[in-house]
Amino acid sequence: MHAIEKILAKAAGKPTVTTGEIVNCKVDMAGINDLYLQTIRSFHEMGGKKVHDPKKVVVFLDHFAPASTIMQADNQKLFREFCWEQGIDLLMDVDQGVCHQVMADKGLVYPGQVLVITDSHTTIHGAFGAFGTGVGATDLAIIMVTGQLWFRIPEIIRIQLDGKLPKGVYAKDVILKIIGELGADYGVYKAVEFTGPVLKQLSISERMALCNMTTEMGAKTAYIQPDEITLEFLKGKVQHEFEIATTDPGYKYAAEHTFDVTGMTPQIAAPHSVDNVAPIAKYVGTPVNQAFLGTCTGGRADDLAIAAKILSGKKINPRTRFIVVPASKSVLLEAMANGTMKTLVEAGATFVTPGCAACLGTHEGMLGAGETCITASSRNFPGRMGSSKANIYLGSPATVAASALEGKIVDPTEYLK
Amino acid sequence: MQKVLKGKAFVYGPNIDTDQIYPGRFLDLTDPDQVGKHALEGADPNFVKEVQPGDLVAASTNFGCGSSREHAAVTLKAAGVGAILADSFGRIFYRNVINLGVPLIVCPGISEIVKRGDVLAVDMTTGKVLNETTGATAQAQPLSDYVMNILDSGGIKPLIKKQYGQA
Repeated sequence: MHAIEKILAKAAGKPTVTTGEIVNCKVDMAGINDLYLQTIRSFHEMGGKKVHDPKKVVVFLDHFAPASTIMQADNQKLFREFCWEQGIDLLMDVDQGVCHQVMADKGLVYPGQVLVITDSHTTIHGAFGAFGTGVGATDLAIIMVTGQLWFRIPEIIRIQLDGKLPKGVYAKDVILKIIGELGADYGVYKAVEFTGPVLKQLSISERMALCNMTTEMGAKTAYIQPDEITLEFLKGKVQHEFEIATTDPGYKYAAEHTFDVTGMTPQIAAPHSVDNVAPIAKYVGTPVNQAFLGTCTGGRADDLAIAAKILSGKKINPRTRFIVVPASKSVLLEAMANGTMKTLVEAGATFVTPGCAACLGTHEGMLGAGETCITASSRNFPGRMGSSKANIYLGSPATVAASALEGKIVDPTEYLK
Repeated sequence: MQKVLKGKAFVYGPNIDTDQIYPGRFLDLTDPDQVGKHALEGADPNFVKEVQPGDLVAASTNFGCGSSREHAAVTLKAAGVGAILADSFGRIFYRNVINLGVPLIVCPGISEIVKRGDVLAVDMTTGKVLNETTGATAQAQPLSDYVMNILDSGGIKPLIKKQYGQA
């Protein structure tokens, strides 16, 4: 069996599972985002009175952090009251940040965990060897009523990453290239495992970016076999005991792909689809009205530090605005402590509070009709960050920072020499 | 659930994401009738003006990809959509639609045989899809027993309520 299958088999109380089988799994942690009051509605509609296990539920007020409309405020109020009534202690209020980063910062995610959140980018937790997957509000409510949820055992695809990453090229570039080659629907219903020597060159932050974006190829979950880099990160954070699952020798993957990153250049996904990917050279010179650095994809401390390196002592182009959103409170505190925040603000960045911000087109950095944005976030769908007549280009945090500096898309490698 | 679902088709291309089905700026709405007013607004602003109860949505590959927002399923149901057919679906959207008790039909090739306004008849027992306007046919993948049980129960909420509802 594959490690992912072993995790699901254990959660289902079965010795083995096979591809395509539908199993009911105990869920170790269920996370709810503030967008989805429907979760509480569905809980009550299904006759729920007391949450099955309040210690296994976490509520994140992250997408509307802090509330920008009365309705958002009303919804968040109901979430807080639900947590108090139900004894849910893990209420991550509007100061905490994006759910996935909070999970990592607080040591709530661990290898072998079955983790379900009402957010599609829950695939990110493959970076820790967890089974993470996103669901809708009603599925999450089922977990609150029963403690379990059904899953189909997915086909598993292996993506081998060979070679050596050039300076100025990051996990975001690698995953954009992969999605560009395989397509936005290649991984639908499937799990994606990353293997190969490139992983040893990637920090946890970079591994999170890699796993996060598998959602954009449709994947159900992602996986990286935990190693010393993982354990080093988890040390001192995770209180829960855990067991690392390993894949049996000779396991047959549904498909295998190899990408050699040696000599790769930064990549861009152009409007309006994440698989519309080309080397950055194709788009160099495209004027940008807004550069956006943040989110669960590209708003970690390492990402902000890369931007600060590029922008130190410089000023962004006056025709461009540069929105910076630390992914979490921990990221903000780190950026304050090491001077990154000061460097970026002095360069002209507009800081907004930790959360999802404009990534999903609700507040804090929306785009107007005809505007162009270069972003470190995950999606460039029409209307994703505001007007459906805006153009969104996806790139690495380095590409975003260098483009903010010049007011147009530029290759960041020249700024990192 | 009816054995044959019949309705006028609204047709869409590949990779229609849930932001196009239900734009993020309306995510704070929670009342289904309000949510229903923005159905497919990002892809087709005329949809809500033209859709009639029982009409069908037919799309190419990866319909409903992207965000996990259940609003994308709620909005189509509230707008009166009787069933959703596509070459393939985003996986979270797939679960969300089934959970609401709306038939969701994986039918490879459907996007090749239907144009906006054609009348489709879907036999839920055999999976045969007939374009009554042109006479063209396609074969849908069978729904699993698990999914059929959810649809026959009118969605997953009544099922869970029966099994686990707390007095």
